[in-house]
Amino acid sequence: MTRTIDRENTKIAAAKKMRDIMTTYYLDALSAFQNNRQVAWITSGGPVEPLVAMDIIPVYPENHGAMIGSAKMGEELCSKAEEMGYCADLCAYARADIGCSVAKGGPIGGLPKPDMLICCNNICGTVLKWYEVQARYYGVPLFILDTPVCHTGFFPETAAYVKAQITEYIGFLETVTKRKLDMDRLNQVGHLSFEGQKLWQQVLRTTAHKPSPMSAFDAFFFLALIVTLRGTTTAVDFYRELLAEMNDRIAKGISVVPDEQYRLLWDNLPVWHRLKWLSKKFSDHKACLVADTYTSAWCGAIQYIDPDNFLDSIAQAYTRIYLNIGIDQMADQVLDMIRFYDVNGLVMHSNRSCKPYSFGQMDIMHIVHKKTGIPVLMLEADMVDPRSFSESQMDTRIDAFMEIILQRGTTLKG
Amino acid sequence: MKDRDPMKELMPFYQAVEDPAALGRSITHKKIIGTLCSYTPEELIYAAGFHPMRLFSSSKEIHLAHNHLQTYCCSVVRGVLEDSLSGHLDFLHGAVFPHTCDSMQRLSDIWRLKKRYPFFADVILPAKMNTPSANAYMAAVLERFKADLEADGGITITQQALADAVHLYNRIRSTLSSIYAHKSKYPASLTNRDIHALVKGSMLMDRQQTAGLLDKVARRLASADPAAEHAQNRGTKRLILSGSVCDMPGLYDLFQDTGAAVVGDDLCTGSRWFEGLTDEDDDPLAAITRRYARRMVCPAKHRGLHTRAAALVEKAQRLKADGVVFVLLKFCDPHAFDYPYIKGFLDDAGIRSLVLELDDSQDSLGQLATRIETFIHMI
Repeated sequence: MTRTIDRENTKIAAAKKMRDIMTTYYLDALSAFQNNRQVAWITSGGPVEPLVAMDIIPVYPENHGAMIGSAKMGEELCSKAEEMGYCADLCAYARADIGCSVAKGGPIGGLPKPDMLICCNNICGTVLKWYEVQARYYGVPLFILDTPVCHTGFFPETAAYVKAQITEYIGFLETVTKRKLDMDRLNQVGHLSFEGQKLWQQVLRTTAHKPSPMSAFDAFFFLALIVTLRGTTTAVDFYRELLAEMNDRIAKGISVVPDEQYRLLWDNLPVWHRLKWLSKKFSDHKACLVADTYTSAWCGAIQYIDPDNFLDSIAQAYTRIYLNIGIDQMADQVLDMIRFYDVNGLVMHSNRSCKPYSFGQMDIMHIVHKKTGIPVLMLEADMVDPRSFSESQMDTRIDAFMEIILQRGTTLKG
Repeated sequence: MKDRDPMKELMPFYQAVEDPAALGRSITHKKIIGTLCSYTPEELIYAAGFHPMRLFSSSKEIHLAHNHLQTYCCSVVRGVLEDSLSGHLDFLHGAVFPHTCDSMQRLSDIWRLKKRYPFFADVILPAKMNTPSANAYMAAVLERFKADLEADGGITITQQALADAVHLYNRIRSTLSSIYAHKSKYPASLTNRDIHALVKGSMLMDRQQTAGLLDKVARRLASADPAAEHAQNRGTKRLILSGSVCDMPGLYDLFQDTGAAVVGDDLCTGSRWFEGLTDEDDDPLAAITRRYARRMVCPAKHRGLHTRAAALVEKAQRLKADGVVFVLLKFCDPHAFDYPYIKGFLDDAGIRSLVLELDDSQDSLGQLATRIETFIHMI
């Protein structure tokens, strides 16, 4: 994730600091072994707070996957996994990570070897299979936090099951580290996690302002800290600063897209290997992707978190996240975002790598279209593997979509 | 092993698999609940007075499901949705969706929002099958499903009804297992296609009727002359199939034509559905939960890091298989993730394997024929 904002005058100052923090984080993780610290690989939606409280360095293969995609190394590493027998239709994060583990390649020369693996299936069933593969490869213990999908609700048996597993999770960590979890420390981390998520939410909400001080492309970049350093003062301090900068930009009328005319909502993971191209493409149409359903997932379950009763409340908070609910509830959230950010259109990334995010998108599209009438564009691509991306086709489709938005805008005004 | 007409005891099974929808429409004495997965607690559906009927994709072409599912969704999920949207399944009273893979998870949502049938239920199974908390959760999930069925039927499912259902299902499972074992011992006693018809038919037909018909098949097989059967089996290559849904009779024929017999499998539409009995001297729900915990897992479930591969190697050795054929549905992620490591286990055990990536709806098996022939001749 090394994107730079290409327009000098609209550059977000915090970006440099963010890159420095991430560099330090990865250096710490890569030198964990020399410093006698343990490393846990954890899924992006997993409860990281107990790891932070126990001074275990959390490492996120998904964040690494995004880096691989941004560095345009996806094809090479995915191919490596395919040579090992993994089908090319599997999630590209998983393929790139599996390939990278063997090839020791990638933008940072591979992730540090894990001492343990923590897999929370609230985002997909793929992570279960992926982490099984890595548990066999590295020969390290795997903890699975199973968060049953809430198609229509969060049931008492679900709550009891996930709560029981949170206790098992702590027990697992204590066994692997041979240390006890300090509950006071966990409560501090819980407060910081909650604070970080609140600030992240506030940052994302600044884009409700017209013109928007940042875009979803910036959110894709600034997301890294709330994922990897959730529960630390580093994340809290950083987002406080970023929020101040956004508010300052609003006060000064600085928009990320010059002469913003249209506001769009993005659905699904980013196309990491074409961020710059897509950003410019929409910007050229004076369209700003003001929000997205992806980065907001890291503050989407905030209403379930009780910072004063953290451990008990995270069972619900980690189970009821955006992807782990029914598509009708997802559509409701999309509709809320359409209203809150006052957008003119919805762009859906039909992501071959992510079935739980992509299947159901068409139903959400129909619901959105019926309830709001705004145009919806569905683009088929892949978050990391560039082989599913056709630039010319994408170019034509975005032009046609923006033409509809423009005509509609004219009609509405006229 | 030449083509021949199936024995008369098999005809009802062949008729059932020929046109499951016609069979569904002909069942009028019970409301029908569609099932999509071998983890469906069918005993509960049966005990509630419904007829549980496995849904298979009959759709060669996708038109209506295109509006709901992208092309990178497996043919089973897309095909079953197409069948539903086209009215092909209008005989259903409803359907039940056990939680397995990501695609089924979203099919459940899409299906529920379509509101085509009076009854709908999710059975949100745990992903782990090997921990006490997961087993406790599983028991609670079955209780919820029981309550859903009771609410729909306006009935109470009695312990006796459940015990009777467990008994009937045990009868079906044990007879199917013994028939399959017979086929394994005397591969020429049944064709590969017979096995497909027997298993699939058993998932479709009225359960009482199925149990009776399977008994007849088992009796007929038992009456054959072992010496004559032995004589027919020389030179037969013994295969095990591994995968999820395998509903391609033509594929079974291809194996037959190349002189190979399917002597066992690890399929959702195979032994994962009928292997292992439910304890009859315990509380039925607790016993059903325990059967699931012990049963061979589908790769969407976790029961250890090497469980599936070790079990497949063990089965291949026990059944003296000459080879394993992976019949993987295109876009089936859980199986595709497991394939490399399971193949590694088979390699290490000296068991040859072949992987076929299939689209459930494909007509032409011609392109596979050469690969299959080469493989069979090689093993």
